[in-house]
Amino acid sequence: MVNKDKGISVNLVSRQKLEEFSTDEKLEFILNEIRNGKVLVLENGLTSVEQASLIQQTMEKIEQDTFIGIEMEGYGEEKASFLQKILGKIKKPRMTVIGPADLLKTVRKDSNMIQTRIIPGRGAR
Amino acid sequence: MGLFGIGSFSSIIQRIFGKKHAKIGIYGPPNVGKTTLANRILRDWTGDIMGSVSEIPHETRVAKCKKNVRVENGSSSLMMDIIDTPGIATKIDYKEFMNTFGLSREEAKKRAKEATEGVIESIRWLENVDGVLLVMDSTQDPFTQVNVTIIGNLEARNLPVLIAANKIDMEDSSPATLKSAFPQHPVIPVSALTGYNAENLYSHMVKQFSKRKRRRGR
Repeated sequence: MVNKDKGISVNLVSRQKLEEFSTDEKLEFILNEIRNGKVLVLENGLTSVEQASLIQQTMEKIEQDTFIGIEMEGYGEEKASFLQKILGKIKKPRMTVIGPADLLKTVRKDSNMIQTRIIPGRGAR
Repeated sequence: MGLFGIGSFSSIIQRIFGKKHAKIGIYGPPNVGKTTLANRILRDWTGDIMGSVSEIPHETRVAKCKKNVRVENGSSSLMMDIIDTPGIATKIDYKEFMNTFGLSREEAKKRAKEATEGVIESIRWLENVDGVLLVMDSTQDPFTQVNVTIIGNLEARNLPVLIAANKIDMEDSSPATLKSAFPQHPVIPVSALTGYNAENLYSHMVKQFSKRKRRRGR
């Protein structure tokens, strides 16, 4: 149930916090927060493979009247330079914003900005 | 499998000569024309069709496979198993089926439930395809997270991708936008509905999906 008095939490999650998690723990953490009506901004986003797993897990958890899915926007993984490839450095996913689909809407996205809107009248559950 | 086992041997042959038979998934968000394109391909090469199409999103909710579709390009050809996958989405709201498309609550809920299962099935199929024909609607912004996620997954798996910029029969289509959004992959403008430029798409399918298997790695 939506509780307007509680407002909407927008949580910025640090890279360090995300790196503490395994992939499964990270996805579980994200989905739990989103299902609780929070919007997350991840300093280091998810890899494409993690994003696909998140979509898969989201579909498994959809409840038709309370959780319809997620809104997710981010920038692609950084391309590793020639030197980084030689040194075995992996590509890092970049900043990503994720929230409940009934709360967060993407307005516009380009290479410099992701513009989103939080729908008025909704709030943390 | 040992160094000279069957698996290694076929892998070496494949690296040298390229593929002769490939499992190709038709992927994309809902309502971009995946099944219309699958029907076009099958009609042109087998005389058959893949499935029904509808303006209501998530019409295809179970992946469908048509085996042994031989597509020719001049003197070369490629045998393909074509898999038409359900549209991938991050959200499915049954109320949209009711309010926008006039389905009853019961029908809408059933469609939404089946659609969630379809998305899961599509993602699972990614593990089992040799290449992907990624269908995008050339009248829409291509920079959606679903498109970016699908392409990122295929790149991570080193799978060949061909982007079909569909619906170029529409007045507001802009295949050039798709080309500039994904310059690292071939983009072929096509109308699955009218068949416009389908021959060019087939030619690129044979070339792109016959490619020799590359080593995996990131």
